[in-house]
Amino acid sequence: MTEDDLRQLIGRVQRGALSRRGFVRRLATVGLTAPMATQLLAIAGAAPAAAQNQPAYRATRRGGGGALKILYWQASTLPNIHFAVGTTNQDAARVFYEPLAGWATDGTLVPVLAAEIPSVENGGLAENGRSVTWKLKRGVKWHDGQDFSADDVVFNWEFARNPQTAATTSGSYTGVNVVKVDDFTVRVEFDKPTPFWADAFCSASGALIPKHLFGSFNGPNARDAPNNIRPVGTGPYRFASFAPGDVLRGELFQNYHGENRPFFDTIEVKGGGDAVSAARAVLQTGDFDYAWNLQVEDELLLRLEAANRGKVNIIEGSNIEHIQLNTTDPSQEVDGERSSIKTTHPAFSDPAVRQAMALLVDRNSVSQFIYGRGGPAASNFLHAPDRFRSSNMRWEFNIARANEILDAAGWARGRDGIRAKGNVRLKFLFQTSVNAPRQRTQQIVKQAAGRCGIDLELKSIVASVFFSSDVANPDTFPKFYADMQMYTTTMTQADPQRFMSQFASWECAAKANNWQGRNAPRFRSEEYDAAVRAAEAELDPVKRAALFIRMNDIVVGSNHVIPVVRRPLVSASLNTLRPVLSAWDSTMWALQDWYREA
Amino acid sequence: MAAPAARKRVGPWGEAWRRFRKHRLAVVSAVVLAVLILGVLVGPLFWTLPIDEIDFSARLAGPSWAHPLGNDDLGQDLLARIMYGGRISLAVGFAAMAVAVTVGVAVGAIAGMAGGKLDAVLMWVTDLFLSLPQLPLLLLIIYLFRDSLKEVVGPEVGVFILIVTIIGLFNWMQVARLVRAQFFSLREKEFVEAARALGASRWRLVTRHILPNALGPVIVAATIDIAAAIIAESTLSFLGLGFPPDIPTWGRLLFDAKDNLDFAPHWAIFPGLAIFLTVVSINFLGDGLRDALDPRRVI
Repeated sequence: MTEDDLRQLIGRVQRGALSRRGFVRRLATVGLTAPMATQLLAIAGAAPAAAQNQPAYRATRRGGGGALKILYWQASTLPNIHFAVGTTNQDAARVFYEPLAGWATDGTLVPVLAAEIPSVENGGLAENGRSVTWKLKRGVKWHDGQDFSADDVVFNWEFARNPQTAATTSGSYTGVNVVKVDDFTVRVEFDKPTPFWADAFCSASGALIPKHLFGSFNGPNARDAPNNIRPVGTGPYRFASFAPGDVLRGELFQNYHGENRPFFDTIEVKGGGDAVSAARAVLQTGDFDYAWNLQVEDELLLRLEAANRGKVNIIEGSNIEHIQLNTTDPSQEVDGERSSIKTTHPAFSDPAVRQAMALLVDRNSVSQFIYGRGGPAASNFLHAPDRFRSSNMRWEFNIARANEILDAAGWARGRDGIRAKGNVRLKFLFQTSVNAPRQRTQQIVKQAAGRCGIDLELKSIVASVFFSSDVANPDTFPKFYADMQMYTTTMTQADPQRFMSQFASWECAAKANNWQGRNAPRFRSEEYDAAVRAAEAELDPVKRAALFIRMNDIVVGSNHVIPVVRRPLVSASLNTLRPVLSAWDSTMWALQDWYREA
Repeated sequence: MAAPAARKRVGPWGEAWRRFRKHRLAVVSAVVLAVLILGVLVGPLFWTLPIDEIDFSARLAGPSWAHPLGNDDLGQDLLARIMYGGRISLAVGFAAMAVAVTVGVAVGAIAGMAGGKLDAVLMWVTDLFLSLPQLPLLLLIIYLFRDSLKEVVGPEVGVFILIVTIIGLFNWMQVARLVRAQFFSLREKEFVEAARALGASRWRLVTRHILPNALGPVIVAATIDIAAAIIAESTLSFLGLGFPPDIPTWGRLLFDAKDNLDFAPHWAIFPGLAIFLTVVSINFLGDGLRDALDPRRVI
């Protein structure tokens, strides 16, 4: 899809020929996030004024809802948003702290501590893309009774950008300048024109901590602040108790700024266990109200749901389960590292082999029989076809064609049935993390590959190792000491810039950068790099969107990245609970709106 | 004068067999174990369904004529997988036991016969091994040697050798202590002193007189080791460090089945039953063997 196509599509929305929802969905198939799509509509003046599919809040008074019990199978350890590592800690912090605005699941920005969302029309957004002015909500109180003001907002910027505090949120606050205009107005100024302005103070990592409690800890002593584990925020629930690695408790905050909110009297976020037992605790026994992130085979969820106590919530995001084919040779050691970019993969350097591998992934079966609702079949997220309507057609599972392609490329079957050319045999090591659906997928791919004369050796690695950044461990995914690997890339930002830049050549994981680079398959393409650089500075959202689509085209077209299934966020809640969830923000992003129906 | 009832002359093994037969459970266990071993060895010759044929139309299907033990969630035939897995699990169990017993008996015997400083050093080593945290060390060894071994002998054999060696090397300590204690008491016994007085060499003393008499507890310990090895292998598979995930060892089958326990119980029950029957029958067998081989025990 080109820039022109995009403009046509936006025009159709303006004329009313295409619904906003349809527009967002179409863009999703070519890899653009809902927030991005909504931004495009905003430019054309076709954006919805407010979030469209926010469920109505029906509680008529504050409190009286009893206890809300939430289950995370990973426990939180540090509920300070600026030190939060991983989703669990971010979510735990988000129970108490709030940002200026959060992302609804339809991609609209919803004000939380802001009075309104800045736009060009209301003067909040500078036309040249170099500043954004936020008006703050008045009358907001911290849990200890102090008033919330612009000073707190400015302080969070100072705190997060201070290298001595080593905040995990620093990425959102470097390269920006924050100015207090008056007690309830702040202006965020950018060094260069910035298309994605809703990063600082927004979404999960943009939550705000109080200046009056952390002011004296803006330095090397930041980790010693007593309130790191006793959060005092502006959220709907105030802190009650916290046992790191176990349970976090909160109670209703009487002076919360939302009308009639919150509904529940107490909240408990319990950590630990595994995904399956978490699903059982909600769907089968009803011990908990809500269970987070259920990476469980759908078959199991369906059967648990049959108990009719709870339901499974599926929120479309843009996480994608994909298989990577190594561009480098994992068996050859160069300068103390394997999979070095100085090598090329003996078999995958042949496009025919990569194309055959892509044909051998039976996405339909994986989606239908393994992931079910948790992994929609048409997994073209990273794949941008020429015309998006044909997107589902081009991808196929076809062993016969894979065989033809390999025959034509000169990979002949040996006596043991395994194809070879010269002294290169099509025998690959295929690794992934220990996770039942992934092992099943591995087996499905292995069987298809076997019928095509490709022998796969399967390897599964404990998730805590596979996804760790442990430099000494050879089994991590950035090291990629295997021919193929499979995992889900998560979208950590509402804007696709960071997500798409993961396949830029400078992101290649290597010994030189302690394997911190995000480009695990070591994909390199000059055209791709150029597109990433261009998108960074492109202010015209339509042109920028076209660039992202081009990036999709390049990386997926190379078959070094084979999308398998999309991974929406799957969670479980009791039938009576009305959670408000979003794929673009923290699970707790709208905790104040959760209520229970009688 | 009535002639004394003619008594058939029986050798020591015949005697042992006679005593073994009196332990009913042990005999039954021996039969069960024999059936299991025969089943996994010969069974695949008759039951020729492939272990990895995926058939989504038969996913989680219960036992039927076409698939007597049912199917797993990919529709793969469980009978074929259990027989294949049994070969691996039993081989791991017996081989690891052999390693543990060999090392244990050797260390125990040397310590027991030598006494003094050598004994003290060997017991320190034993204590050292007992105090080592097994799992972290296992992980370390597997990380260090898996890839190099894989290149030499291939992934399955490589992992097999590693697992057998590691499990064996972590289970010899009990055996060593048992053997040493037995040696201490036996080497002072009259029959040993008699043999020594007759000029028997040390080697002969150990192999002909002391060791056979010390074997009872060793056999029981060995049977426990087999069970421990089968279970240790499943732990490793669980951590993703054992055999590749598509190799259906019994532990692996159980691990895969556990999430579906409430609606596809057959998937877990059959491999679980196989492990249970193996371990229980080996234990009873060991019990019976100990009775049969202990000359001091009157049956």
